[in-house]
Amino acid sequence: MSGFLAARRGGRLTRGRLVLALGACAALAALVTVLAPLLGVTMTRDGRELTLLDLSAIGDADAIDHKVFVLTRLPRALGAMLVGAALAAAGCAFQALLRNPLAEPYTLGVSSGASLAAVIAIRLGLDGALGGTGTGVAALVGAGAAVAVVWQLGRVGRALPPATLLLAGVTIAMLCSSASMLVQYTAEFADVSRMVRWMMGGFDVVRYATLARAAVAIGAGLVILLWLARDLNALAAGPEAAASVGVSVGRAQTLVFVAASLLVGAGIAVAGPIGFIGLIVPHALRAVVGPDHRVLLPASILVGGALLVVCDTFARLAIAPAQLPVGIVTALLGAPFFLLVLVRGKRGAQLWGG
Amino acid sequence: MLKRGVIACDHVGFDYGARAVVRDVSLVVECGALCAIVGPNGAGKTTLVRLLAGLLAPTRGRVTVADLDPARAPRRDVARRLAYVPQRYEIALPFSVGEVVLMGRYPHRGGLGLEDDADVALARAALDRCDVRALEDRRFDQLSGGEQRRALLAQAFCQGADAIVLDEPTAALDPAHARAVMAALRAECADRRAAAVIVTHDLDLAARWCDRVVVMTGGEVVASGPPAEVLASPAAAAAFGVTLHVGTLPDGQPFVVPR
Repeated sequence: MSGFLAARRGGRLTRGRLVLALGACAALAALVTVLAPLLGVTMTRDGRELTLLDLSAIGDADAIDHKVFVLTRLPRALGAMLVGAALAAAGCAFQALLRNPLAEPYTLGVSSGASLAAVIAIRLGLDGALGGTGTGVAALVGAGAAVAVVWQLGRVGRALPPATLLLAGVTIAMLCSSASMLVQYTAEFADVSRMVRWMMGGFDVVRYATLARAAVAIGAGLVILLWLARDLNALAAGPEAAASVGVSVGRAQTLVFVAASLLVGAGIAVAGPIGFIGLIVPHALRAVVGPDHRVLLPASILVGGALLVVCDTFARLAIAPAQLPVGIVTALLGAPFFLLVLVRGKRGAQLWGG
Repeated sequence: MLKRGVIACDHVGFDYGARAVVRDVSLVVECGALCAIVGPNGAGKTTLVRLLAGLLAPTRGRVTVADLDPARAPRRDVARRLAYVPQRYEIALPFSVGEVVLMGRYPHRGGLGLEDDADVALARAALDRCDVRALEDRRFDQLSGGEQRRALLAQAFCQGADAIVLDEPTAALDPAHARAVMAALRAECADRRAAAVIVTHDLDLAARWCDRVVVMTGGEVVASGPPAEVLASPAAAAAFGVTLHVGTLPDGQPFVVPR
């Protein structure tokens, strides 16, 4: 399928190439996670000024810089890292599983399902429930429900034809978006602004407790996908071809679908719907490290996390002291990229694998 | 040497809904044998080979491949003993030919294990035998149909299986490469004592290279045996709706033309 970006470098995956690629990605992720929380904007008499926290103060529990770093900026960076990793891994897995370059949480209706549930939770005043995690839990449930419906609609017998599944996903996405608008239309003004704000996505109020809960779910999802990395290679050639090289197709498809959905649901629960990370990162990396998921998937996890930290830092600094919702930043970055993938696909023979 | 059936069907039937697509097929292919399944469109040939490959479970009867029930045994165990190449193969990601061929080693390695030098050597040998070594670093999805078929045969060889099942391996090939593919398959059967089953519409190739031809129509086997004999039989003529003329070339090889 020519919809996938054409370029690829290097030969088959060897241990050396794997170590090199993942080492570089891990270094990038670590650098970004440490550097981003140090950056801030200070208002001076001359206007705004980009400042760095005092590194030597970090570790000193009484220092202001330490508190800013540990209490507000580090959890924020870690949250972005976690969610970016989850979304990129899910996008990467969905693209291979559905054999379609445009597959990602948005096009599969997962994000819209989560948003609808969150909006309903806010409308019903449940956002404060469960110790303030009401919206997040609702989003997770909504993501799961959307996935279950799309899976049931898209399945033909025991087979999982990608085109049907994507169509089901897009349809469910539209349905959920319309329902969200309906809920918003009937809501109180104060609720509406919270709904709209939630749907833009952001990390401004991330607590360590939330992170820890999300890390468990996201960690589990990532481990399952990484464990199935080689099966994803074979599945890219279709279920029959995968079966003939030893993949238990039904089991692998179900596990990938469930794990990827868990990742998306948990990510949305933390930060609201954040689009395009799942689309951009795997595509861009495929051109650099090749399509083998044994390197592509871990690289996507690391770079997806790093990219979202960068986007979030930009969102935090660009119009400081005010903040942009990070979802707007990723969308502005991602939409043109989405079009690029589409146009490249059109230039080739066909976008649909069939 | 004692001959043993590597691929065996025992009164196998398969229904799609209420329609019987394969009826009461019994078939044994011994090691070292190359067997062609021929027949008109819609005869149930592809369904039969999918049953052999374990992608479908028979409604009636039993399929055995290298002592396993391919539809029920763990898929990885099946893949170590059986290589199957479907009629259509489209890989969605920009994998190279070398990587696609190396997928044949997947069932031999644990979960995430990278292929080592021994695997690469096997893959290169398979690429050589199928005359696609020069394409190793090309993108699989950018090859011509015929080149893809040859690369997939290389994947099947690379898998090192006792049983090889190929659905139309020569369909997109030029005459020289069709012949080369059959020769490579023949050699694989002879050298490694593999049993191979192919579905083909090229009766001429089937007559020349296979030990045995099975004619199917309406889901049933109507003739089975030595190629020249079977293709010249009234049963084959009835199945295809044309009389087949089986002649002998000056070098003693058979040829088949519809009359």
